[in-house]
Amino acid sequence: MKLKYVGKRILIIIPTFIGITILAYFLSSMSPGDPIDMIVGPSQLSAEDIARLRHSYGLDQPVIIQYFHWFARMLQGNFGISYRTAEPVLGMILSRIGPTLLITITSVVVSVLLAIPMGVGAAVKPYSLWDYISSGISFLAAAAPNFFVGLLLVYIFGVSLKILPVSGMYTTASSKSFGDLVRHMILPVAVLAFQQIGNLIRQVRGSMLEVLQEDYIRTAREKGLKEGRIVIRHGLRNALIPVVTTIGMNLPFIVGGAVVTEQIFGWPGIGTLMVQSIHARDYPCIMGITVFIAIVVLIGNLITDLVYGLLDPRISYK
Amino acid sequence: MGNKNEKKNKKSSYMHDVLERFLSHKLAVVGLGLIILLIILVIVLPPLLELDPYTSHAQGGFNQKPSAAHWLGTDRTGRDIFARLVYGGRISLVVGILSTIVSMVIGIPLGLLAGYYRGWVETIIMRLADIFMSFPSMMLILVLVAVMGPSVISITVVLGILGWTQFARLIHSRVLSVREKEYVESAKAIGTKNWKIITKYILPNSFAPCLITMTFRTASSILMEASLSFLGMGVQPPTASWGNLMYDAQSIVVLSKQPWTWIPPGLCLVITVLSINFFGDGLRDALDPKMKI
Repeated sequence: MKLKYVGKRILIIIPTFIGITILAYFLSSMSPGDPIDMIVGPSQLSAEDIARLRHSYGLDQPVIIQYFHWFARMLQGNFGISYRTAEPVLGMILSRIGPTLLITITSVVVSVLLAIPMGVGAAVKPYSLWDYISSGISFLAAAAPNFFVGLLLVYIFGVSLKILPVSGMYTTASSKSFGDLVRHMILPVAVLAFQQIGNLIRQVRGSMLEVLQEDYIRTAREKGLKEGRIVIRHGLRNALIPVVTTIGMNLPFIVGGAVVTEQIFGWPGIGTLMVQSIHARDYPCIMGITVFIAIVVLIGNLITDLVYGLLDPRISYK
Repeated sequence: MGNKNEKKNKKSSYMHDVLERFLSHKLAVVGLGLIILLIILVIVLPPLLELDPYTSHAQGGFNQKPSAAHWLGTDRTGRDIFARLVYGGRISLVVGILSTIVSMVIGIPLGLLAGYYRGWVETIIMRLADIFMSFPSMMLILVLVAVMGPSVISITVVLGILGWTQFARLIHSRVLSVREKEYVESAKAIGTKNWKIITKYILPNSFAPCLITMTFRTASSILMEASLSFLGMGVQPPTASWGNLMYDAQSIVVLSKQPWTWIPPGLCLVITVLSINFFGDGLRDALDPKMKI
């Protein structure tokens, strides 16, 4: 049964993926400017040379045909050649994806670990001081633009206190120690985690409040179980199920945040690559990143969906 | 006559309840007050103080510190930063509100179509919404803006187009629940036309949640415009926006030596978005206590 469910979920992903590739391709093909100009620079070649180049890149064919060629090549792992660096796009993306996954995944873990105690505490004692503090933080986190939070953190910890590095992954290319990496990760991860935590606290608090009113919690109380055990064993486990969905829905939003965050901290990830590519109008790279991110986000959504199914036995796998 | 009065009373007592619930939500009242104050300030201050965000005041030098003449100093081309902050507020608010209206104009009809006609229309529209929602909108916005060229209009249109899913989904789910109601069934039974059922029964029933979604969407559009402009891919100088006022702070010199240039626009953004969110929260509690977003 589970296999069938997984299969069905994967089948739904396919049209979504194709939709995104169509969107990305046609948007890029609508863009102003001749790709040949981007590759060789304007007016260095004769008209015949340009025509030959155009033919060799397949640019003399209708857009729809070009799309199918591009799609077929992409399925074979060929994302084309960057106009900007003349390197294969896939290689550029693969070398940048690790740093991005490192800070985004860490930030998800950090924000969940912080949001759970804050949300649970707020739900156990509604309208207490703790509740006000945590909902204050959640409102602030939802309203503060992540680049402003980033700039403030750089200003406080990097410029004024001078206790944390504010740029790059390592201090020097030669000294790649784990401790150095962690110190460089603190601020970008803090920005990304802060961006997610508002939603999460609200979700944990809300679903915990709901769960604590269930019959089985009353039963547990009447059995004389200790309050802490009730909250954690019976309450939290059930309250966390919808939180998993929230994390899944946050994914696109986290990737968007990573673009800005990487830009501020000079983090060598996919976000900075995207910004560089857009400034250079490097369309093979822009399309490659778009498609690659789509794959990552869709897989992320699939995983959260499946985890949701695993956690909640009431969901039938049909 | 009696019937009409009763109806009127019923309506006014509903509004009275809503108002009462809203006013009891103190943060929401503060939020609304701040929003109104902000709108008044960005409209009134420029003529009142004769602010000029474009002319360079080079005689005192570039990058001036705050002074009586320039409350927040001048930027690297000698323009008055306080004037740019006020004009930037205009742009940020206008882009936020207009793009939300664009989203509604696209999303509400599509949601209505999907919910009312079902079948393949519903499948296509709602699957399209899934595609849009499962993808990082920041990436799509960047691509779109790169294609269209960054300007106030293109940002508004792009943010507006990408926001349609929220309204379409909301209206779709509303239609699904309302169309099963007995009064719609009886309206159908006596031969009421489709568009009349939609405008008379379904739209009024969806008004409250739409208004609430509108406030939250405005807040997030303001934030997105700011992020784009901060990256240099949104509103372009010389036009000011709160996001592009902070663009220069990407250089460590401006960041560390001239905090008065980038902290005020950041704070303005936080206060604006916070106020709108508080207002939206209060509105939700007041209009529809059972609703969850």
